[in-house]
Amino acid sequence: MNYFIQQFINGLTLGSIYGLIAIGYTMVYGIIGMINFAHGDVFMVGAFVSLITIIIFGITGTSNVVLGIGALILVAAISMVIAGVYGWTIERLAYRPLRGSFRLAPLITAIGVSIFLQNFVQATQGARVKPLNAIISGGFTILQGNDFVVRITYMQILIVVLTVILMSGFTYLISKTSLGRAQRACEQDMKMAMLLGIDVNTTISTTFVIGAALASVAGLMYLLYYGVIDFYIGFSAGIKAFTAAVLGGVGSLPGAMLGGMVIGLIEVFFAAYFSSEYKDVAAFSMLIVVLIFMPQGLLGRPEIEKV
Amino acid sequence: MSQPLLSVHQLTMRFGGLTAVDAVSFDVHRNHITAVIGPNGAGKTTAFNCITGFYKPTNGEIVLRHKDDKQFKLQEMEDFRISQTAKVARTFQNIRLFGGMTVLENLMIAQHNHLMKASAYTIGGIFNTPSYQRAQEAAKNKALAWMDRVGITDRADDPAASLPYGAQRKLEIARAMCTDPVLLCLDEPAAGLNPKESEELNALLRSIRDTNDVGILLIEHDMSVVMEISDHIIVLDYGRKISDGTATEVRKDPAVIKAYLGVVEE
Amino acid sequence: MSLNTASSPDISGVLKRSILTTVIAALLFLPTLGIKTSASGGVDGLFLTYRWMLFGSGCALIFVYRLAYELFFAPKDGEAKVAKTPSALFRTLGSPQMAKTVGPVLLAFAIVFPFLPFSDRYILDLGILIITYVMLGWGLQIVVGLAGLLDLGYVAFYAVGAYSYALLSIHFGFGFWVCLPLAGLLAATWGIILGFPVLRLRGDYLAIVTLAFGEIIRVVLLNWRSFTGGSNGLSDIPRPSFFGLPFNQSANGFAATFGLPYSSMQRIIFLYFLILALAVFTFFVTARLRRLPIGRAWEALREDEIACRSLGINTVNTKLSAFAIGAMFGGFAGSFFAAKQAFVSPESFNFMESATILAIVVLGGMSSQLGVVFSAIAMVGGVELLRQLQFLKVIFGNDFDPSQLRLLLFGLAMILMMLWRPRGLVSTRMPTVFLKDKKTVSATMISQGRG
Repeated sequence: MNYFIQQFINGLTLGSIYGLIAIGYTMVYGIIGMINFAHGDVFMVGAFVSLITIIIFGITGTSNVVLGIGALILVAAISMVIAGVYGWTIERLAYRPLRGSFRLAPLITAIGVSIFLQNFVQATQGARVKPLNAIISGGFTILQGNDFVVRITYMQILIVVLTVILMSGFTYLISKTSLGRAQRACEQDMKMAMLLGIDVNTTISTTFVIGAALASVAGLMYLLYYGVIDFYIGFSAGIKAFTAAVLGGVGSLPGAMLGGMVIGLIEVFFAAYFSSEYKDVAAFSMLIVVLIFMPQGLLGRPEIEKV
Repeated sequence: MSQPLLSVHQLTMRFGGLTAVDAVSFDVHRNHITAVIGPNGAGKTTAFNCITGFYKPTNGEIVLRHKDDKQFKLQEMEDFRISQTAKVARTFQNIRLFGGMTVLENLMIAQHNHLMKASAYTIGGIFNTPSYQRAQEAAKNKALAWMDRVGITDRADDPAASLPYGAQRKLEIARAMCTDPVLLCLDEPAAGLNPKESEELNALLRSIRDTNDVGILLIEHDMSVVMEISDHIIVLDYGRKISDGTATEVRKDPAVIKAYLGVVEE
Repeated sequence: MSLNTASSPDISGVLKRSILTTVIAALLFLPTLGIKTSASGGVDGLFLTYRWMLFGSGCALIFVYRLAYELFFAPKDGEAKVAKTPSALFRTLGSPQMAKTVGPVLLAFAIVFPFLPFSDRYILDLGILIITYVMLGWGLQIVVGLAGLLDLGYVAFYAVGAYSYALLSIHFGFGFWVCLPLAGLLAATWGIILGFPVLRLRGDYLAIVTLAFGEIIRVVLLNWRSFTGGSNGLSDIPRPSFFGLPFNQSANGFAATFGLPYSSMQRIIFLYFLILALAVFTFFVTARLRRLPIGRAWEALREDEIACRSLGINTVNTKLSAFAIGAMFGGFAGSFFAAKQAFVSPESFNFMESATILAIVVLGGMSSQLGVVFSAIAMVGGVELLRQLQFLKVIFGNDFDPSQLRLLLFGLAMILMMLWRPRGLVSTRMPTVFLKDKKTVSATMISQGRG
């Protein structure tokens, strides 16, 4: 039982990371109806930027907790800015010119961007994995059974808390501000939104930037939690995060978070109880299952085809 | 009167809380043109989609009878089977042609099932057996005959999307007829046609009724078409049938006038 | 292109935009070009190298590029961006005359290719690689180009073919010509199995599910060690022989039997003609299928699935047949691959392969078989060519390996191709049956399918 609880905690932590990435997928798909294939790789870039910034600030050596957390917040901010620029540039250069073009072109371009980003990072940073010594270590025990001890680490708490804060912040942003209204208008009917004077281009760009920023925070978390990154983490995390977005219901922010949690839990439980080699298969199969049996997701609306 | 070609009995379609079609019953006869009219939102297209299999009705029965007394319960059948086995063909309100394919190709695709059998499910086709070649020639001829009949032969090798609107409508009807249906269902065939084209449409539909041994069921708003050619009109309003009779009867029906037609100013 | 001097250029605006672009580029380049993380090998973890020269040159390049764009290429204020009409080159590429003449010419060239003076081992291998991709492209073209079904996991069928061949020949000792059809059959079966769950999916969803399938198969191949050999793969696959005559130096070998001096090139040339024969077979079968009812049904499916159903076409069967037949050709190509390499491992069957094949089909032009040939030559040959560019070492330093850039350039090529010609090199379509004249259908009218 304790083992189960521990895996549950681990799953929620991983799920938070997936959820943050999933938000980017779901927002972009909601507004322009395309899967931003390169989004997972923006997450990867965010992780790399975080790594570099952490080393520059020399945080690894510090034992001062407050200073450490403050520095990490700064790292997150810098990472969000740079990842945001990446997201903005990708949209501007590779997707916007193809808006309204035939359907496959943006998909191919997105795949091209993904391949380019992966190999750009590989070429400039080297192909080997990049390890990082733990910055925030330690935690506390919550349950002590005879067979298994359940621990929550401070890192895990930080991840979940930060995710909740970001989620609430952005949900507020979307539902209460004019940006959110503009986004929803564009989702419903882009041409009409344009005719009504909504700056569609800026709305879309902002969506990409927000998604990229959140993904970069996820990258920082991934770096801190696992202690090692490489240029390929975007691909696998990307598919899983997209699965999360679909599972939660495309276009729904709480759905993306919920989906992320579910996928994280599935992956961790599968690895713990069945096989860790095939855990990716479990997550990918989840995608297939969801799309066949529940394409509108948990919190989405079913689509009726007009004949 | 012989048995009706199509019997719709207590057809009901509910979408969540909304009842789009409410216990509608009517018959369609072979060699007759039956029109379904009514204000927007009356449930005409919904009923249509139930008959042609694109919606599954919530309730009711739709029975199609062939000449050999074979009967088909359309409400239980899949959309493509309704076309393939029950031989019900349809056109669409927004014209669904295969735009990137030529006029001739569109008409050949309509004969797909027949040609597939003739090609021994492609195996015979790969080896170009004589029986397949014959079937293909015959299919081409049937396509040609229909192109001549609707007057688009000169555009045979042009992509369907390049045809003017009126010609596209004609092509859609020709394509539907190439499936050799017993019931032809037309969804607003006159929409967007100018008066001359509407007259041509009337002539075409009358000719199909008289020579092709089919029943025609159509939804229409254009009264010049409806009143001209319909043998039988059904009027729907808010999902219910409010009138059922000949053109003259329906035109005079006070319920219909109130809901839809209005009175001609003296 | 002309210097915009008609109205006096807005220098401050141009400068502002150029600087802004450079600033953005700087932010992008800083954590990548500018700063590099390296392992120190010690306990301290990573250390940073600052590459200001590289960073500076990158930013300078962007600045110059933007400046040049603003001065020479940007549309003047108020001037509308003119839609690009296909240049004469591309119109000719798509014409029926082109297909009739260039096709046979290319085939003739391909036949004499191995005997040309410059065709050494390396060039011949490249030729084999290109032809393999052409064959895979034609197979995928059925699924994506004709039926409009976005398949991002096509490599799975390539893998099934390769592993089937390997397992059948290793465990049962079947020869190439027995394994080949069996591998195709197995791949086709998988095509149907994978096709079933995705029947109702459309567009991007279908794409990502097929991608997931491809990944699942790769992970299974990687981990089912007892069956597939895991990451070590399967080796010692029997090498193909010339209808029983092995390609070695023995007395009953190929060389001895035909009175030729032994050369290791003989086996390669044989493999080359083998893949060429397979590719030509693929071409003729797919070209024939297009003209048959099944091919027309595939294209109709792409154009409008609902209209298909209204005509009584069983679109489920149509989709499954597209998957199955496309998969079959992938399986054939996979068999060849296994026979040629004498070794298969999961590494060869990753998403990059699927993406490459898809890019070849899309770039070539969805409906054009000739287009696939052009784009395979351009993509595979072109990127290979870049490997040879030794002069790049001068720019990047002596320990720079151009092959590292291969995938980078490939990704860039995909982006640029779509920005430049989103509909592919040959974007028109030839009708499969005609009354009087065979007229090409222009790209704008062809639907790209919703699924």
